[in-house]
Amino acid sequence: MSEHNIRNFSINFGPQHPAAHGVLRLVLELDGEVVERVDPHIGLLHRGTEKLIEHKTYLQATPYFDRLDYVSPMNQEHAFCLAIERLAGIEVPRRAQLIRTLFCEIGRLLSHLLNVTTQAMDVGALTPPLWGFEEREKLMIFYERASGARLHANYFRPGGVHQDLPPALIDDIEAFCDPFLQVVDDLDNLVMANRIFKQRNVDIGIVSVDEAMAWGFSGVMVRGSGIPWDLRKSQPYEAYEEMEFDIPVGKNGDTYDRQVIRMEEMRESVKIMRQCCAKLREPAGQGPIASIDGKFAPPPRREMKRSMEALIHHFKLYTEGFHVPEGEVYAAVEAPKGEFGVYLVSDGTNKPYRCKIRAPGFAHLQAMDWMCRGHLLADVSCVLGTLDIVFGEVDR
Amino acid sequence: MEAITTNGITLRRTVAAAQGEDALRAMGERIAGALGPAVTDWSIAYGELTLIVQGSDIVYALTYLRDDPACAFRCFIDICGADYPQRARRFDVVYHLLSLRHNMRVRVKVQTDAATPVPSAIPVFPAANWFERETYDLYGILFSGHPDLRRLLTDYGFEGHPLRKDFPLTGFVEVRYDQDEARVVYEPVKLTQEFRNFDFLSPWEGTDYVLPGDEKKSS
Repeated sequence: MSEHNIRNFSINFGPQHPAAHGVLRLVLELDGEVVERVDPHIGLLHRGTEKLIEHKTYLQATPYFDRLDYVSPMNQEHAFCLAIERLAGIEVPRRAQLIRTLFCEIGRLLSHLLNVTTQAMDVGALTPPLWGFEEREKLMIFYERASGARLHANYFRPGGVHQDLPPALIDDIEAFCDPFLQVVDDLDNLVMANRIFKQRNVDIGIVSVDEAMAWGFSGVMVRGSGIPWDLRKSQPYEAYEEMEFDIPVGKNGDTYDRQVIRMEEMRESVKIMRQCCAKLREPAGQGPIASIDGKFAPPPRREMKRSMEALIHHFKLYTEGFHVPEGEVYAAVEAPKGEFGVYLVSDGTNKPYRCKIRAPGFAHLQAMDWMCRGHLLADVSCVLGTLDIVFGEVDR
Repeated sequence: MEAITTNGITLRRTVAAAQGEDALRAMGERIAGALGPAVTDWSIAYGELTLIVQGSDIVYALTYLRDDPACAFRCFIDICGADYPQRARRFDVVYHLLSLRHNMRVRVKVQTDAATPVPSAIPVFPAANWFERETYDLYGILFSGHPDLRRLLTDYGFEGHPLRKDFPLTGFVEVRYDQDEARVVYEPVKLTQEFRNFDFLSPWEGTDYVLPGDEKKSS
């Protein structure tokens, strides 16, 4: 074969590949084993969430957010609830804020446990996911005890949360914290200190500060590059302002740093969970768990038996739903994967006029091309893992 | 503005709501003054700054917002479309930017229609690539200068732009696996029950639909 006949080799990675973290099709152009170009084809899990939301009332639209990033469902509901609350001017009672904060951090643990341990699996270790999933199981049981569902919770509602936590659940969450820290330490020894894990992750997928900002990165992806930016600190929402926790920041911006940050963030999350549990027991932490404005939050069941007004409110809320004043708002939360935002346009009716979901994974995934260039084929799954992709939110 | 220290690193903290209208107003006036006629309107609502920019000047405006040290909106957040069919220029392209330095967000809106392309923001923010592809896919808004304006989220060979208000929720085609042909086939949508969309507007508040018999009033 003469010189000019040599051309690069193209392969299809996915859509059904265990390291593709769902349904991702990557068209890779290879020069030998070196990646020359990556073209991700997404949309295989596109369900038209935004279109569906435009045809549902606000209350009917919240469950769609569980199905976006199905690894940490409540964090996404949170962004939507915040957007509605800002448009409608609803005050969230303190107890509801604490419960939300608590469950957001549980969601962060769920997501980080999955990511750190599957990253280890992508580079060849089988044990860490088994250890991590054991803890995820316990956390999902907390989800179930609070909301009735292990995964698609639909627990955060505009104005508060759906139901109060039983006191035993708060005790159990607190009792979970200490043994969990032990598991995090074990994972640290097993994964982070592992020679193979370091060989596969250190100096792979380096992101500079400028690149991180220009490419719309957020969350761990910017903190890994050394930017101390976390919405929980810089634009605090809910009860984060009164919580004590630190923001771990990376130095080198490589894959390994980001995994270390995720491990550290789990420890910080446990700190926040402990504080929430303590505050939920204080007298100041008692009270209603949803807005007392009957026009937005449904009345308690027992009141409906006695009060005609409560019955009417209940009927109106679950048929017509509430009307949200005209306007547009962008609400963002620090989801485990980065900045999860909801751009909500309301035309004053009971349905959103436009609801754009700004998923962090979408911005991260399009960086696959330049992050993988020049890396070896085996590093593709490693870079994909560090971006923390979940296709529910990328494809929407 | 309050500085807090964590891990020995200082985070500048401003509470978005408490940041106040004043800072936003100052920023809005500054941008509107510097960009001149490029900014046709700006407003502050729900504690957020919104600029309406001429479509042809969008790259200039975004470059200014990114590079001017008093703005420093260097962090790209989002591009999306919105459809208002009753307007002459029916589409909005909405850009969201974030300034880490000032802890401030800005929203930039451009109006366009299905035929007029909007200059691509890729030279300013490379991340705009997929966001513009998505907007094109879902709304059919064109971006001039985009290197690769393909569909992104919808199926290979999909027709139409699903997030337009005149696109029905049920779509036009449905797929199923055909045993005889041993492949997935596309067929027109068949609904066993008609799609129902209830009107919840109160008849006492601002409806404008024609009730039976109303047409006789004018004649």
